[in-house]
Amino acid sequence: MAKILKKEVLTPQIKLMVIDAPWVARKARPGQFVVLRINEQGERIPLTIADFDLQEETVTIIFQEVGKTTMVLGDLEEGDEILDFIGPLGKEIEEKYFGHVVCVGGGVGIAPTYPKARAFKEKGNRVTSIIGARSSNLLFWEEEMRRVSDELFVTTDDGTYGEKGFVTQVLERVLNKDKVDLVVAVGPVIMMKMTSLLTEKYSIPTLVSLNPIMVDGTGMCGCCRVTVGGKCKFTCVDGPVFDGHQVDFDELMARQRIYLEEEKRALDAWLMETEKEGAPYHVY
Amino acid sequence: MSTERPSRPKMPQRPPEERIKDFNEVPLGLSEEVAVAEARRCIQCKKPTCIEGCPVEIDIPGFIKLLSQGELDGAIAKIKEKNSLPAICGRVCPQEDQCESKCILGRRGQPVAIGYLERFLADYEREKGVKAPSLPPPRDKKVAVIGSGPAGLTCAGDLARMGYKVTIFEALHAPGGVLVYGIPEFRLPKAIVAQEVDYVQSLGVELKVSRVIGKTFTLDDLKDEGYQAFFIGTGAGLPYFLEVPGENLNGIYSANEFLTRSNLMKAYLFPRYDTPLKVGQSVAVIGGGNVAMDSARTALRLGAKEVCLVYRRTKKEMPARIEEVERAEEEGVNCIILTNPVRFLGNENGWVTGIECIQMELGEPDESGRRRPVPVPGSEFVIPIDTVVVAIGQGPNPLLLETIPGLQLNRRGYIAADAETGATSLAGVFAGGDIVTGAATVISAMGAGKRSAQAIDRFFTDSNSFPEWRQ
Repeated sequence: MAKILKKEVLTPQIKLMVIDAPWVARKARPGQFVVLRINEQGERIPLTIADFDLQEETVTIIFQEVGKTTMVLGDLEEGDEILDFIGPLGKEIEEKYFGHVVCVGGGVGIAPTYPKARAFKEKGNRVTSIIGARSSNLLFWEEEMRRVSDELFVTTDDGTYGEKGFVTQVLERVLNKDKVDLVVAVGPVIMMKMTSLLTEKYSIPTLVSLNPIMVDGTGMCGCCRVTVGGKCKFTCVDGPVFDGHQVDFDELMARQRIYLEEEKRALDAWLMETEKEGAPYHVY
Repeated sequence: MSTERPSRPKMPQRPPEERIKDFNEVPLGLSEEVAVAEARRCIQCKKPTCIEGCPVEIDIPGFIKLLSQGELDGAIAKIKEKNSLPAICGRVCPQEDQCESKCILGRRGQPVAIGYLERFLADYEREKGVKAPSLPPPRDKKVAVIGSGPAGLTCAGDLARMGYKVTIFEALHAPGGVLVYGIPEFRLPKAIVAQEVDYVQSLGVELKVSRVIGKTFTLDDLKDEGYQAFFIGTGAGLPYFLEVPGENLNGIYSANEFLTRSNLMKAYLFPRYDTPLKVGQSVAVIGGGNVAMDSARTALRLGAKEVCLVYRRTKKEMPARIEEVERAEEEGVNCIILTNPVRFLGNENGWVTGIECIQMELGEPDESGRRRPVPVPGSEFVIPIDTVVVAIGQGPNPLLLETIPGLQLNRRGYIAADAETGATSLAGVFAGGDIVTGAATVISAMGAGKRSAQAIDRFFTDSNSFPEWRQ
């Protein structure tokens, strides 16, 4: 059991929770994730760790309500408990000095970008961050990102805030005018794919953090398998961070859609049961 | 000598057409009358060979004699001297390869149905309610058991009965290991596993679920918390894939994923339970072991119209229990033998649509003693399917192992451990079950857990034991 100490509504669909989980906080490093299960009937879902606090022994998660599980989670309040909170899982990113690191966060992927940007900053890297969302009401943690970046750019697809367009546009500009040693991209698969295609042209090493469907998160089931450099890797134990130039993003996108139908069924049944207004449903 | 001996009873089971509609248990168990009659068939050999066939050396003639005299409580107590999980073993042990294969009666006729009798007695006791035995005075030593499968549960239970303070750490959210995520409800009801786990807890064993040793805590963290000995029983938890083209297409699962979704996550109760499991009309299961049978029979129960098993050798070489192959076939599973997948075919949306296979023939025996299957050139053909379960075995999960510096592994990547004690290369660290032997049986894992419990006791009480660790 892990108690929700703090809940913050970042945008109507994106929520932050600070979880009392000393066993995860003590070991957590940037890049790692947790698997959680809300209740006895619940599924196990992976969420990348957005922040962790050794003193308070807490872990921060940020999630977008896209299906039943994230909506049920979003309905929990401070003081409520999550039945299983497992981690930290996966490998951490390599925290070292590269020079100039560009961190690109898209949508809810801004959250896991934050601890990586902070870690790179702490290692003395010059950090440029680019964050983007479909619309201003999906954007969050601008200030947090600014604090750990030397320079921050903000985009929205619809132009309701910051620069209109995609994060890749800004990234291309940065690559054209500046020497970049490493790009780190976290967000929707399509955004990580476009980022990786772009940086490949410039031959800039690029790390992406994948978020495929998982069950156990400990290498036992192989549900999260992904092709990296022509080889089959398990995201949960070999990743979640991989070389973006080696990842088969199209396969990953197909695999993320395996349960689209069932996810919709579960969501509809739950919305009916709780008589909630349906939120716009989408899966990246 | 009597000439009219009764014959071995058949296990009553639910008819196939009824049982494939649900996940309830298939065999129904013997009645007391039939069990006692079967016990009387045992000739009580002076030198019983059946015991040799039992990895935990149950006093088989002993318990059967008590049963034949109608002393059910005494009989189950006799089993429990050696085996703390009889309701499980009575269901999933391959008795035909173990105790029953050594039964003298089997030479001329049918061996005594030892497994059925064990199951009968365990169920008798379970229905009555199991009482925890009285425990010796507690000892001031803490032992950490990693993994709550058959090896870990047995080791923890035995140590607790000696008075040690034991904590089991389980990575998943439910205890039982393969007994809960792997073996389906229709073969091993989860209520039985839960009762066995409760029993171990009633002995004072502390159980911590959702704690991944190697990630959440390292072995050194546990040492800092005062644990002085360790038993690693994490199982062989890394699914093998065929490594042929198209294997990451949608609709292709490892048996681990398929069974974990269904068993542990209860996907068969979706959407009441949140975890889905997509099963199409036509399912192919690759493999010929018990896990393959479990997957095929699960697929039928989840609504598949057609289920086939694709196996590269013949039925004779299948590692699955004959009983399980028979039950699968009764339920309509079609065995396609001497066939090996070459690649998976898919549609434009990334879903599997077929398996290109090649026919095999049996060549010379390989190192396992089974004749090696070799492909017949030019014999490729396609099996159209929409779902595949790959059940070709598993290897050692490196997640924990790579976080224990100095732990010696064998050439297959499993933990190198003494066969008798489970002692590893690290002082105070023992290991047993599939993480040492590779995928084997529930009972052999239990046997290993049991031997390690005794070895851990010696480690604590005999300062001359394990000299290699004490320099």
